Amino acid sequence: MTRVQESSDPRVEPKRPVHPLAAPPESWDYATSIEDASLANLRDRYDLWIDGEWVKPAKKLWFESINPSTEQTLSEVAHAGPTDVDKAVRAARRALPGWRDMPASHRARILFAVSRLLQERSRELAVLETLDNGKPIRESRDVDVVLAAQHFFYYAGWTDKLDHVLPAGRKAEPIGVCGQVIPWNFPLLMAAWKLAPALAGGNTCVLKPAETTSLTALRLAEILEEAGVPPGVVNIVTGAGETGAALVNHPDVDKIAFTGSTDVGKLIQKSLAGTGKRLTLELGGKAAHLIFDDAPLDQAVEGIIQGIYFNQGQVCCAGSRLLVQESVERQLIDLLLARMQNIRVGNPLDKNTDLGAINSEEQLAKIESYLEIGEHEGATRRGPQCELPASGYWCAPTLFTGVTPTMRIATEEIFGPVLSVLTFRTPDEAIEKANNSLYGLSAGIWSDKGSKVFRMIEKLRAGVVWANTYNKFDASSPFGGYKESGFGREGGWHGLFPYLK
Amino acid sequence: MTAPPVHKTFKLYINGKFPRSESGRTLPLFDPKQKSEIPLTQIARGSRKDVRDAAQAARKAFAGWSAAVPLLRGQILHRMAELLDSRGREFEEYLTFYCGATPARAEAEVEAAADRLLWYAGWCDKLAQLYGTVNPVVGPYFNFSMPEPTGVVCAFAPPKPALLGLVSLLAPILVPGNTVVCVVPLEAAPIAVTLAEVCATSDLPAGVLNIVTGDPDELMPHASVHREFDGNFLVSSQAEVVRDIEAAAANHVKRQLTVPAHAPAWWHKSDAQDVRWMQAFLEIKTAWHTMGQ
Amino acid sequence: MASQPSYHSEVVAPSMNDLPPLPSLSVDEVGLTARAAELGRRSIKKATKLEGIRRALSMVDLTTLEGADTPDRVRRLCRRALQPAADEAGLPPVAAVCIYPRLVPVAYKELLGSPVQVCAVASGFPAGQVPLSVKIEDTRAAVENGADEVDIVVARGSLLSGDWQRVFDEIAALKEHCGRAHLKVILETGELGTFDKVAHAAWVACSAGADFIKTSTGKVAVNSTPPTALCMLNVARDYERERGRRIGVKIAGGIRTSKEALHYLVLVNETLGPRSLTNKWFRIGASSLVNDLVRQYKKAMHGTYQCADDVVTD
Repeated sequence: MTRVQESSDPRVEPKRPVHPLAAPPESWDYATSIEDASLANLRDRYDLWIDGEWVKPAKKLWFESINPSTEQTLSEVAHAGPTDVDKAVRAARRALPGWRDMPASHRARILFAVSRLLQERSRELAVLETLDNGKPIRESRDVDVVLAAQHFFYYAGWTDKLDHVLPAGRKAEPIGVCGQVIPWNFPLLMAAWKLAPALAGGNTCVLKPAETTSLTALRLAEILEEAGVPPGVVNIVTGAGETGAALVNHPDVDKIAFTGSTDVGKLIQKSLAGTGKRLTLELGGKAAHLIFDDAPLDQAVEGIIQGIYFNQGQVCCAGSRLLVQESVERQLIDLLLARMQNIRVGNPLDKNTDLGAINSEEQLAKIESYLEIGEHEGATRRGPQCELPASGYWCAPTLFTGVTPTMRIATEEIFGPVLSVLTFRTPDEAIEKANNSLYGLSAGIWSDKGSKVFRMIEKLRAGVVWANTYNKFDASSPFGGYKESGFGREGGWHGLFPYLK
Repeated sequence: MTAPPVHKTFKLYINGKFPRSESGRTLPLFDPKQKSEIPLTQIARGSRKDVRDAAQAARKAFAGWSAAVPLLRGQILHRMAELLDSRGREFEEYLTFYCGATPARAEAEVEAAADRLLWYAGWCDKLAQLYGTVNPVVGPYFNFSMPEPTGVVCAFAPPKPALLGLVSLLAPILVPGNTVVCVVPLEAAPIAVTLAEVCATSDLPAGVLNIVTGDPDELMPHASVHREFDGNFLVSSQAEVVRDIEAAAANHVKRQLTVPAHAPAWWHKSDAQDVRWMQAFLEIKTAWHTMGQ
Repeated sequence: MASQPSYHSEVVAPSMNDLPPLPSLSVDEVGLTARAAELGRRSIKKATKLEGIRRALSMVDLTTLEGADTPDRVRRLCRRALQPAADEAGLPPVAAVCIYPRLVPVAYKELLGSPVQVCAVASGFPAGQVPLSVKIEDTRAAVENGADEVDIVVARGSLLSGDWQRVFDEIAALKEHCGRAHLKVILETGELGTFDKVAHAAWVACSAGADFIKTSTGKVAVNSTPPTALCMLNVARDYERERGRRIGVKIAGGIRTSKEALHYLVLVNETLGPRSLTNKWFRIGASSLVNDLVRQYKKAMHGTYQCADDVVTD
């Protein structure tokens, strides 16, 4: 075998003059490319959407909705009290017979129209979502709005096929009036996840968006009206925890669907005890993300990045517990740290931004407390030194190495761009560590070996298992948790079960 | 002269064994047909610690039972139906003697219970085809969903129909691969323990099904908050009981199936043979895998 | 291919024994493609775009590889290479002129004293289906006639049939005959079928002494694609990390627009980093691309969309 001799710089200097651009640039930093905020068409103040009209809250209270990336006020949003919630539930009850008994094909046309209008107004919705939530425009544009439109399209198609959903021979009937309480991490998308299957099933809804992110849901109200959804079929009551509680505990609501924290989910489950109301819960998680030594490492790194830094890590299914096979740990961590240097943190409206603002001061404080906890527990905090904007709520992408399973950062949901890295030695140990959690929402596996992948899929106690990918969503794909991550599924055929008798 | 019968002791069924209650307590079972000072028999009065032991046994058995191939689970449930049927006379006698059923009613109940068990046995290797889907997602991914068992379920059995109610309650839990601890009221205890004997001789692995007889009012508050249980199957029409159990379920986000005691016409297949009873204790797992070269 | 290479190993002389086991080079096509596409959605505007266009132009290996090539055609190409647009002084010359060996003396003469390199394809380009002795002679002649760089094709047949040793030996032999000229090894990725093979072939080429690894000849149906380039950039990065020798990457075939070129620059920027954004470490084999780079440069400089005749083509 021929051996080629090499020096530390094997490149022979050219005999030719030096090319004018021979020296590399210091950097090739991308110029800002800011999306036009005025596309959001904000109003100064939003009332409640009840019975097809904008209604002032009974107590005449409004609260500010702010842009978490600047802390500037975007608009004022109505605070719905029990009287307003009652009004909304009554409207939904009155609208039920008309919507339920409308020819299914007519309902379908209306829901298809919603999907189309979401596509038509996608740019406006993306800008609005980014302003209100703080997520990068890249994500609101390519993920949130796209999936919201797909969700309505998917369920619109089910509307006139409901007798194919439940066991043969039973006529599908809607549950009735649905109270739906959604979180702030995917405001528009979660509204679509809740409303689309409910409406397809012939139910009517009262939707309570999260306090910090009401604006896209209110914009959705306009779209629903334009698409021809009759008054009262969807009502939107904005407000904080008390508003949600009033809705959950309203005696004339037949079904509650909640997405949010496990703590609040437990409170809701408890308060519904004995009422006969139906319930679905989509709660927290601490997903195990398993990297085997036969994984395609570069793609695994992308999967890890997507898993924990997508939406600033404010994702219930975030791959927050990285379990790496010891034999590739150093290699993987090096690749990961290098890759993290490329994460662009900053103005969410910049099309080149990868990591936007944390949604609220409260959430940022929670994340920061976990950063302290992690350091206090003896884990090593690592990540790029980012220059963070002066105003707004920001957290640089972070990972902790040297994490052990008993640490709080390894077991508790942080809901931020913070990754805990642990190791394992064998597949069985990986399964044991992955499943040793009160949560069971999602998990990830990276391996090039099909047989191992399928065994892992089978053994992991989680509602969604991503193999050689992560954080992928689709209207046709059921999503939901095992254990304390909740029950019931959203998306797909299974997503109709909770909305039909 | 006829010899007196050999006394039969009705004990608990935990982890494949028939222990007495760790508390050493029993409850007298009186004749339901006539007032009498003399009990027909003594029933083991299970304690919270018996429930705990049963829960641990059920958890230990879960890995094996849930991973057993569905065909095997189906054959074991079929075997239970075989033995239930072959011991039909005994069940009929007990139903008339301990539960006050007429002989005709008892005979019909045994037949219906065997039928029901067979109906469910046949579901084991079909459930994945009923609830499994391949999902047409956008992008180069193979995406499928499949049913998996929830885990360990606590079942609160109705007093009657003792046999049919019990079978209707337990079979849908076992089919997907859950394991179960069944809390049985005094009235149904002789039947439940006899059914346990069927289980013990049916190749049903130890711990998959556990029976704790006793006073449900005493056991429910403990069983309902036990965090080893992932779900509750409650048959009750008492509003307070339902509320308490459902509220306790929230401490562990348990899957709750509540059926009013009177509502399911246990005898009517259209009501009591409902795939949604299995659906209550199964989880839908969705898997994504890339499709590339 | 016995043991896993030790991490942060010393710089060692390459040999087949240095190959990592295959799995560590495994690539998931879906994730790779998605990442490449994601980087294609970077918004490149204003100063970034101007700088990108100038950089891209400086990386072009201006190519003509036709049977109909004549000395005159090559002379014209060389003028274009030295001065892509007479009316835009801000535009640099390209990196090299890439031609068949027979025409090397022509280009050598035209480019003498300029920073533009003479690059010859050799080794039985494009199929490589000639005996090794012929490949060696081809390469030697190109270098003797003044080629600064030699682009050779690997024996894809050997590669596909699993004869990695032969692939390695040929590259190593040709490297020996390159002398001071730089060796670019064309993997012809469009014929390899999988990214696993692309990554493996790239690693073997690096091991055998390649200065550059290059995607394609431009003569087959599928040439450079962003995922292929990303895959090879990742290997170049890994090879440097594991073996301590920096490798350049050249993409070729079908790159016609500035937008595509900028996409590739983003790939380089976010894998190897800005230190590799020079023609020393990244090349684009192309011909008509230069026209579009000039056109887009004019647009960016002067703010108006250009008509076809605003750019003098060749």
